[in-house]
Amino acid sequence: MSEQILSIRNLTVHYVKDKTVVKAVNGLSFDLGYRETLGIVGETGAGKTTTAKSIMRLIPNPPGKIISGEILYKGKNVLNFSKLGLRLMRGRDISMIFQDPMTSLNPVQKVGEQISEVIRIHKKVSRKDADREAIKMLGMVGITSDRFNDYPHQFSGGMKQRVVIAISLACNPKILIADEPTTALDVTIQAQVLEMMSELKSNFDTSMILISHDLGVVAEICNRVAIMYAGNIVEIGNIEDIYENAQHPYTLGLFGSIPDLDSDADRLKPIEGLMPDPANLPAGCPFHPRCPHAKRECAEMSPEMIEVSPGHSVKCILAKNKI
Amino acid sequence: MDTLLEVKDLKKYFKTPNGFLHAVDGVSFGLARGTTLGVVGESGCGKSTLGRVILHLLEPTAGMMAFNGKDISDIGKNELKTIRQDMQMIFQDPYSSINPRMTIGEIVGEPLIIYNKFQNPADLNKRVNKLMETVGIAQRLVNAYPHELDGGRRQRVGIARALALNPKFIVCDEPVSSLDVSIRAQILNLMQDLQAELGLTYLFITHDLSVVRHISDEIAVMYLGKIVEKAESKELFRKQYHPYTKALLSAIPRPKVMKNKIKRVILKGEISSPINPEEKCRFFPRCIYAKEKCGISQPELREVERNHFVACHYYEEINSPS
Repeated sequence: MSEQILSIRNLTVHYVKDKTVVKAVNGLSFDLGYRETLGIVGETGAGKTTTAKSIMRLIPNPPGKIISGEILYKGKNVLNFSKLGLRLMRGRDISMIFQDPMTSLNPVQKVGEQISEVIRIHKKVSRKDADREAIKMLGMVGITSDRFNDYPHQFSGGMKQRVVIAISLACNPKILIADEPTTALDVTIQAQVLEMMSELKSNFDTSMILISHDLGVVAEICNRVAIMYAGNIVEIGNIEDIYENAQHPYTLGLFGSIPDLDSDADRLKPIEGLMPDPANLPAGCPFHPRCPHAKRECAEMSPEMIEVSPGHSVKCILAKNKI
Repeated sequence: MDTLLEVKDLKKYFKTPNGFLHAVDGVSFGLARGTTLGVVGESGCGKSTLGRVILHLLEPTAGMMAFNGKDISDIGKNELKTIRQDMQMIFQDPYSSINPRMTIGEIVGEPLIIYNKFQNPADLNKRVNKLMETVGIAQRLVNAYPHELDGGRRQRVGIARALALNPKFIVCDEPVSSLDVSIRAQILNLMQDLQAELGLTYLFITHDLSVVRHISDEIAVMYLGKIVEKAESKELFRKQYHPYTKALLSAIPRPKVMKNKIKRVILKGEISSPINPEEKCRFFPRCIYAKEKCGISQPELREVERNHFVACHYYEEINSPS
């Protein structure tokens, strides 16, 4: 068995519509270790969600297409799985929490049944046992058993997200992919959900990928962080590497854009310009038009991933000079 | 204090089948010219309703509002039209708050046409161009339609429209919430520059606490239609008296590697119903310090330190060092 539970190699995903090709993910690679929590941070259009959906093989085709690459789950390539193989994998081996709890639950099915449904699909148990298991799951996310027969509209946003979490953990998956799980929630409710998630994660021995645009949320529960820009990882490392010793100009720009609660700087230092259009990416390093340190070669060639210290890699030609 | 806006005991109730929903329930504050008051709170605390009532987009149920020394709580249509020139709004969603069938130039120029500011079309165009330049939208986009613009640029259009009539006061309702971090920082800087340049006064409504600390001079924390704590921005982050404020501020995820974790107050439960609230502290069901008195009487907002107001019966006890 390999050391990593999940390895992604050179993943490229495009969306083709009419004659435009949206290059959502471009040659992305990363590993996820056992019991590790990896945060993937990036802005709208960076390709975070596309990456997550590729792992679950949920990219709608057409218009989406996985052009090349490998997604190895315990050494087996998910891209070669049959339909049946995928059904067995989803929910049991890898499961996903979506951003919007309002739309990821079935509005006409009782929440308890939505949990026991997953259990019945993956385990050979009676309906009664599955229901009992579902009640246990509800309890674990802090919902009392008397709400088993309620419908999603009777729950608040935070409670719905708890139900979604209960569903995703019901079959004890090896990997949990959480796509902006707390973005739609208020901050005090977010604190409740985040605390619960990190607790459950350690109880269940699950590896996790947390996708977020919020560097604060990521700092809260992740061991490693990957920063994505225009369909690729530009910097990846341990949480200390990224938060205290960031090297890539984009990562530094992101940190400059958020107000610091502990300092009294009067002005933010935003990144100039806008995210590039993924249908029309600039040549060379995709960040070079916005980069304050861009040199001539940045426009000409795409930089390689350079390991600046063990486990900390940066995709920038400037990083090379620092070692 | 040179007060531009004064609000006293402002109330806004909505009629629902189950009774009255107390969206804003007795809010009072004064806002000095050229400053920013941040209003924070979670969904359903009444912060957006407050902003809308002040602009008369919703009619107040009770209470007094004075703008620039003039009582505006109950004014007629014509007077309202005059006063609206000085009070504008920037909306949260740059996608739904601008008309998709008008060009950028038309959107920015519309307030000027409504108020008949320019007789000569050339002058109007000059003003529109100047406004677009002020907010940093390229001249070439004057004939573009909103769908051709990204969220950040659309929000700049919304800001240009709000500035068109040289207002004194702008209600900003979550103006950066739908924007990405790098774009958000650009818009926040723009709003600060405009404030310094034009002497604007902002009521900045947001749920994002790090943004509110960055942009506000003073912060009011709302919970279920009431202000529970109000203080100068830095002061509030230094010292919180109200148990809700403590929980709210400790819940902010910090973008840092924490050597020693901050002691986090995790609130139990969720916000209670704003329909026909009982005569008790609104925070009572979730408060870990709650006592008998909290369940029978509502605490008043009182000044406990210079310019630091708190609505809690037991703020002294909670905050005593023991």
